[in-house]
Amino acid sequence: MFTPTTFASILPEILILILGMLVLIVEPFWKEEQRRNVGWLTAGGLLISMVISLLFGQPGAPTTTLGGMVRFDWLGFFFKILFMFAGAATALLLMDNEKVGGRGEGYLLLLASILGMNLMASSADLVMLYLAIETTSIPLYVLSGFMLADAKSTEAGFKYLLFGALTSTIMLYGFSLLFGFTGTTDIYRLAELLQSGSLSLTAAFGVLALILVGIGFKVSIVPFHFWAPDVYEGAPTPVAGFLSTASKAAGFAVLVRLFFVAFPNFAPSWTLALAILSAVTMTVGNLLALPQTNIKRLIAFSSISHAGYAMIGVVALTQLGAASVVFYLAAYILTNLLAFGIVMAFSRITGLEDLKDYAGMSRRSPWLGLMMLAAFLSLAGMPPFGGFVAKVVVFAAGIQAGYVWLVIIGILNSVIGVYYYLNAMKYVYLYRMPEQDEESHPLPLTRPYVIALAVLAIGVILIGTVFAPWFGWSNAAALNLF
Amino acid sequence: MNFPVLSVITFTPIIAGVVILLLPAQRKNEARAVALAAATFALILSFWVYFHYDQATAGYQFVEKYSWLPALGISLHFGVDGISAPLVLLTGVVMFTGVLISWGDDHPHVMAGIQDRPREFFAFLFILASGVFGVFVSLDLFMLFFFYEIAVFPMYLLIAIWGWIVTREYAAMKLTLYLFLGSVVSLVGVIAMYWVAGQNTGVYTFDMLEMEKAGFSQVFQNIWFLPVFLGFAVLGGIWPFHNWSPDGHVAAPTAVSMFHAGVLMKLGAFAALRVGIMLLPEGAKTWSWLIMLFAGVAVVYGAYIAFVQADFKYMVGFSSVSHMGLVMLGFSTLNREGLLGSGLQMFSHGVMTALFFAVVGMIYDRAHTRQIPELGGMSKIMPFATGGFIVGGLVSMGMPLFSGFIAEFPIFMGVWGRQWLVAVIASISIVITAAYIMRNIRQVFFGEVPEKFEGHLTDITVLDKVAITTLCLFMIIIGLFPSFMVPMVQTGVQNILRLLGGA
Repeated sequence: MFTPTTFASILPEILILILGMLVLIVEPFWKEEQRRNVGWLTAGGLLISMVISLLFGQPGAPTTTLGGMVRFDWLGFFFKILFMFAGAATALLLMDNEKVGGRGEGYLLLLASILGMNLMASSADLVMLYLAIETTSIPLYVLSGFMLADAKSTEAGFKYLLFGALTSTIMLYGFSLLFGFTGTTDIYRLAELLQSGSLSLTAAFGVLALILVGIGFKVSIVPFHFWAPDVYEGAPTPVAGFLSTASKAAGFAVLVRLFFVAFPNFAPSWTLALAILSAVTMTVGNLLALPQTNIKRLIAFSSISHAGYAMIGVVALTQLGAASVVFYLAAYILTNLLAFGIVMAFSRITGLEDLKDYAGMSRRSPWLGLMMLAAFLSLAGMPPFGGFVAKVVVFAAGIQAGYVWLVIIGILNSVIGVYYYLNAMKYVYLYRMPEQDEESHPLPLTRPYVIALAVLAIGVILIGTVFAPWFGWSNAAALNLF
Repeated sequence: MNFPVLSVITFTPIIAGVVILLLPAQRKNEARAVALAAATFALILSFWVYFHYDQATAGYQFVEKYSWLPALGISLHFGVDGISAPLVLLTGVVMFTGVLISWGDDHPHVMAGIQDRPREFFAFLFILASGVFGVFVSLDLFMLFFFYEIAVFPMYLLIAIWGWIVTREYAAMKLTLYLFLGSVVSLVGVIAMYWVAGQNTGVYTFDMLEMEKAGFSQVFQNIWFLPVFLGFAVLGGIWPFHNWSPDGHVAAPTAVSMFHAGVLMKLGAFAALRVGIMLLPEGAKTWSWLIMLFAGVAVVYGAYIAFVQADFKYMVGFSSVSHMGLVMLGFSTLNREGLLGSGLQMFSHGVMTALFFAVVGMIYDRAHTRQIPELGGMSKIMPFATGGFIVGGLVSMGMPLFSGFIAEFPIFMGVWGRQWLVAVIASISIVITAAYIMRNIRQVFFGEVPEKFEGHLTDITVLDKVAITTLCLFMIIIGLFPSFMVPMVQTGVQNILRLLGGA
C-alpha cells in the first residue's frame, strides 16, 4: 500500500537517491578542474533535502510502513536529520581534499552511506536492518581506502573492511538465531514473543552478545575498537570525521531501538554488561588518548571514550536515558565534525598532523584557534558548548537509574579528558613555531571550510546555550521507545 | 517588566568579549578601550544594584525568571540577596581595576600590563567575569553550575598563555584539574539532590528556592553534604585542597591573580554556602566540626607558610589561603556572628587581595624579581603603591578602622560561641599575619633602594593609581562606616539562619 504516510516515511531516502543520481549525471559533464563543485551540489542538495523533510516528512504517531520494514517515528527522523546535516558538512570538507573531493565518486559514496544510515535509524525489521548496515558500511570501506596511492589510506580501507565483514557476520548469526527462536524478524514483535518464555536467559544473553559485536564495532566500544585509530589516521580526514560521528550515531540509533524495544525483559542482565562495557570503554579510550602525539589518533581515542559516555544513557534504560543518548550524539556529531574539520583545514595547508605541529596555531590564525578551542572544550564537557549539557544530562540519567558508580567513573574520566584536551590547546595557544615568525605563515581557509566550520562552531555553541529545542526533539525521539 | 539589570550585568562582559574578538588583531588600544568601557558599565550597574537593594524587605530582589528547559525544570532564574549583592559589587570592582592594571604600557623598562595579544586576553578574562557574575546571581542550580564551569576554564588559558613563564604550564593544569574535579564531584551531589527533591515534592526542578523546601532526609544530607560542600570549597581554597591556589596565584598575570584571589575563591565559598549549607542544612550541622577543623588548620597553617615565604607573590598567595580559611571558619559556626563575618570577609578579602596582587605585579613588572630580600626602598620610587599596600596590610592584620576588623571580629566571636579553643588557636594567625605583613612592608618598601635598581625604576602609571585608590576606598569606607555593608549582609544571614532552623 503506497499511502502518503509511506511516502513521507522514506521521503529523506528518496531525496538522497535523487540527489545521488543527479551527482552521477552531472559529474561527467563538468571539466576535471570543476568537479570539486559537485561538493556544493551534494552539500546544498542534502540541506535542501533536510529542509523538505522537515517541512513535509515529519512523523506523527509512530507507524510501521512498507510491510513492516520501516518504522516512521521521531527517533528515526531526528537521526535522519542529523545524518543529512553531518553529510552536508562532510561534503563541504571533502571539496578541498584534492584526492577525494575532485572526483564525483566520493560524493556518491557519501550519499550512499547516508542513505544506509537513514535506513538503519528507521529499520523495524532485522532483515532490513542488516541490509541498511551493509549499505552504510560498504561505501565507507571504499571511502576510507579512497586514496589508492597512499599506503595508510589503503591500509585503513582494508582494515575497516576486514573488521566490518567479520563483525557483521557475527551479528547476522545473532539475527538468525533470534529468528530461529521466535520465528519473526520484526523488531516490534520480538519483545512479546521473547516474553512468552521461548528463550532462556542464557540463550538470550548469547544472542545479545553476538548482536552487540556488530553494533559495538559500529560505535567502536572496547573491545571492538581496535580498527578505529588506524582507520581514522589513514582515511581521508573528512571521511574519518564522518566515520567517527554519523556512523557512530547510526550504530547508537540501532542500539537504542533494538535494546529498548526488543529486549527490555532481559534488562537486568544486559544493562549490567553494557554498564561494564561503558566503564571500560571510557577508561580505555581516555587512557590511550593520553600518550598520543598524532592529532587524528588523539581524536580517535577520545571518540572511543565518548561512545562510553553516551552508553551511560542506554544503560539507564529510562526515557531520560534515551533522550540523553540522542542529545549527547547530536552535540557530539557537531563537535567532532568541527574538530576533524579543523584538523583537515590545518593539514591541507601544512601537510602535518602531529600535535607539535600545531604550535603557534592561534597566532597563525586566531579564528581557527578559537574554533579548535570551542571544539576541544566541548569534547571536554565545558560550557557554554554542547558537550557540557550533554554530559550533565547523561550523568543525570545515570544517577536517576541508580548507576552512581558508573557516573563516578564517567566523572573521573572527564577529568582525564580535560587534561589531554587542554594539553592539545597548549600547543595551539602557548607554544611558538620553532624559529619562525607565525605572522608569515598564515592559515588561509577556502570558502567551503569557512562555511562548514562556522556553521558547526555556531551549532556547538547553540546546543550548549539554547538547549531547550534540541532537548525537546531528543525527548520526542525517546518518547517513541516507550 | 522592570529593567533586567542582573542579566545585563551577567551578559555584558561576554558580549564585550565577543566584540573585542571581532576587532582586528593589531588594534590593541581599541580592544583595551572596549574592555574598559564594558567594565565601567558593569561596575556602574553593580553599584546601582547594591544601592537599590531594599534592605527593609530583604530576600531575593531584582528577580528575573525565564523558562529555559522546562522538561527538566531548568530556568534562567536570577536574583540577589544580602550575601550576593556585595559579591556582585566586588566582581564589578575587581573587573574594573583589573582592566586598568592590564592596560599595557610601552615604557622601555616596564613590561607592565598585557602586551601580547590583549584582544584574546580581555576576551577570555571577560568570559570568566560573566561566569562569576552568573554564579553570584543564579537561583537555579543548573545555571549556577553552568556559570561556575564557565568561570573555571578560561583560567587555564589566562594563566598558561600570559602567566609567569617558569611555572605557568604546571600551575595552570594543576589548577584546572583540581577545580574541575571539585566541581564535578559537587555535580554528582547536585544531581542526586535534584532527583530526591523531585521524588519528595513531585516537582522536578533545579530552582534553588524550591529545593530549599524539598525536605531532604537526615541520612541523605549527611551523605551528600560533604561531597557538595567540599567540591565547591576546593575553589575556596580550603585546606587540604588548597594546594592549587598559591601556585595558580603566582603563575597568573597580575589581573588574573586579582580576579582569581579576589573573586574566584569567593565563588567557591559562595557556592559552598549556597548549595552546601543552604540546601543541606542538617548535613551542615552534622559535619560542621569537620569544616571547622579544616578551616582552622587553613587559617593558621596558611599564615605560617606565608610567613616563611621569600617570594612576595607566594606570600600573598598563602595569605589568601589563610584569609579564605577565616571565611570557611565563619561558615562552620552556622551562627549569626560567624556567617555575618564570613559575608563581610568575602568582600573585604576580595578587595584587599586584589590590591596586594596589583601592587606585587607593579613591583615585579619593574624590578623583575619578587624575592623579598632583593627588594627594598620601593616607597621612594612608587610612594602611591606603598600607601596602597600599607592600607591593604592593615586590613589584612585586622586593624580597627579598616574593613578587615569589621569582618574578622564577628567571625572570632562566632567561633568562640561554638568552640572557644578553636577561636584561641585561630587567633594565632592574627599575630603571624601582622608579623609577615610588617616585615615585608619594612623590607620591600622602606630602607635603601638596592644598587641594581638605581635610576631605572619608574613610578606607576595614572591608571594604576586609579585602581589602587578605588580598592583602598572600599576598605576604608567599610572600616569607618560599617553600616555601608553590615546591615546588607545581615539580611542575607537572616535567610540562612531561617533555613538552619534557628531564628
